[in-house]
Amino acid sequence: MNSPDTAQVEGPSARPEAATLEFRGATKRYPGQAEAAVENLSLEVPAGEICVLVGPSGCGKTTAMRMVNRMIDISEGDILLDGRSVKERDPARLRREIGYAIQQIGLFPHLTVAGNIATVPRLLGWDKQRIRERVDELLDLVSLDPADTRDRYPAQLSGGQRQRVGVARALAVDPPLMLMDEPFGAIDPINRERLQNEFLRLQREIHKTVVFVTHDIDEAIKMGDRIAVMQKGGKLAQYAPPAELLLHPQGKFVEDFVGADRALKRLALQRVREVDLWEAPLVREGESAAEARAKVASCEVPYPLLVNGDGRPLGWLSEQALAAERVQADPRSTAEPVVELDDVLRDALSDLLQHDTQYGPVVDEHGVVAGVLSVELIGDSLKAETEGEPSPA
Amino acid sequence: MTALLGQVQLRDRSTGEASCVADNGFCPSWIADNFDRYVDPLLQHVFLTVVSLAIGFGISFGLALLAHRRRWLVGPITQVTGILYTLPSIAVFFLLLPLTGRGNTTALIALVAYTLLIIFRNVMAGLDGVPTEAKDAGRGMGLTRRQLLWRVELPLAVPEILAGLRIAATTTVGLATLAFFAGAGGLGEQIFADITFKSNVVTAGGLAVLLAAALDALILLAQRAVTPWARARA
Repeated sequence: MNSPDTAQVEGPSARPEAATLEFRGATKRYPGQAEAAVENLSLEVPAGEICVLVGPSGCGKTTAMRMVNRMIDISEGDILLDGRSVKERDPARLRREIGYAIQQIGLFPHLTVAGNIATVPRLLGWDKQRIRERVDELLDLVSLDPADTRDRYPAQLSGGQRQRVGVARALAVDPPLMLMDEPFGAIDPINRERLQNEFLRLQREIHKTVVFVTHDIDEAIKMGDRIAVMQKGGKLAQYAPPAELLLHPQGKFVEDFVGADRALKRLALQRVREVDLWEAPLVREGESAAEARAKVASCEVPYPLLVNGDGRPLGWLSEQALAAERVQADPRSTAEPVVELDDVLRDALSDLLQHDTQYGPVVDEHGVVAGVLSVELIGDSLKAETEGEPSPA
Repeated sequence: MTALLGQVQLRDRSTGEASCVADNGFCPSWIADNFDRYVDPLLQHVFLTVVSLAIGFGISFGLALLAHRRRWLVGPITQVTGILYTLPSIAVFFLLLPLTGRGNTTALIALVAYTLLIIFRNVMAGLDGVPTEAKDAGRGMGLTRRQLLWRVELPLAVPEILAGLRIAATTTVGLATLAFFAGAGGLGEQIFADITFKSNVVTAGGLAVLLAAALDALILLAQRAVTPWARARA
């Protein structure tokens, strides 16, 4: 997780601060319904953090989110944005200060990408030049080519592109708070993962306070700095950072909801660079075979890893390759999967299993081998984490 | 029918090939020679159609916006305009005559009455067809109700609204051929003036058909011009 301090330093200067958000006993009751939609919800979201509201359908998570920008009126209690009650704000003005991205994206079909993104700037009376520059800046920010995209209509975009435009539109006036309701819900799994990663990268730059609604606990763990698990009746079951939620789920509901595989889920919280990697027996073509054998003997990995002159992995070598006096470039298998230091352990493990291998070379940002990750190492890190915790039998 | 024929004055056929005309046939040269007698009725027909469409659109559009805000009005408005739509037009002309007299006013009242249901229902359908998530996003971004209506809902309803206007235009051109019963002239008067003469009926009737087609094409072109997004596909 990125700490707020570093992100603030990295973020572009002259941006308004992210807002703090506080639910203070916020309650929503619909007339004629015995159970509240949201019951006495109290939680604080520090500035610049992503707070995920997660829970089964009907748990009130969307209602809770929509109370923030007064799309739904608060029955009792209050919600404070930067210490100020949203109830005393004019709803339309309040909403223009809060980024809003929803599940079906809700792009306006009759406006171009530029027109969609310009919606709130136009409401606020920005001049044309400023709007045009902002549109291009935002398209760049969400990895779309402004020249190619700005004059297209939503119907001419792919699902992933529409989603990016939706995020750009929500960010148009640089709001200190963003509300996102299952923003990646309607996207296929592969693009979904890519968009999640992109948003996290973006968030490290823009550092907004975000309220993110999802029903998917895996998404919650991946996206959230803090996770609010909600249950039927709009009650808050637990509010905690992801690691704590997985280590110490409070009560049966949360335990069931995060799942019996929560130990595995914790792998999504740990990055490869945080693991004490094995040293790789690196050999180069033409090197003395005796030296190579000595390296293998001193390492935990039983196979020599052939690298090129730059130190990039080429493949694992067989016994025969060391049989002669000099090392032969005869890999017994490719170096796949190549793991990156920034990958989370869950993805790395899934790569290893997919390639039916025990070991994966880990490379740094330049593609140079930094060590070896093994299934055994991942197992060790799981054990280390669960120590002291009663087994979830 | 005798009373009817007594009411409309028979035109003399004066010029042209005597035999074809005498046989009530289809005589191109007669049509060419006598075309100018159709110009004024055509212009009157255009006037009746365009003015009643404009008034009808204004009323229906206003009613639709009202009903969009207050949903309970949809039923009553649909019923009232529906009744107006089903009344036989000739009966309406004759019922109105004692009140509004012969002339454009009577004809326009009746013609407007017939456009209401079609346009009202299409405006409503257009507004109801606006994607919920577009409305929700608009509201969530801070558009007021009025801004949402004019910037999101109505632009997205334009294809439906103009589709309704096209149907209303075609229908009105047809109904306006009966406007001469109200003493408002138009191409209908020409048709009935010499209903046995093929050249006359074909010319006047053909002009009505052409007028309907032209109005239809005009509205369609306007729609394409103002809704480039509707044809945008990946």
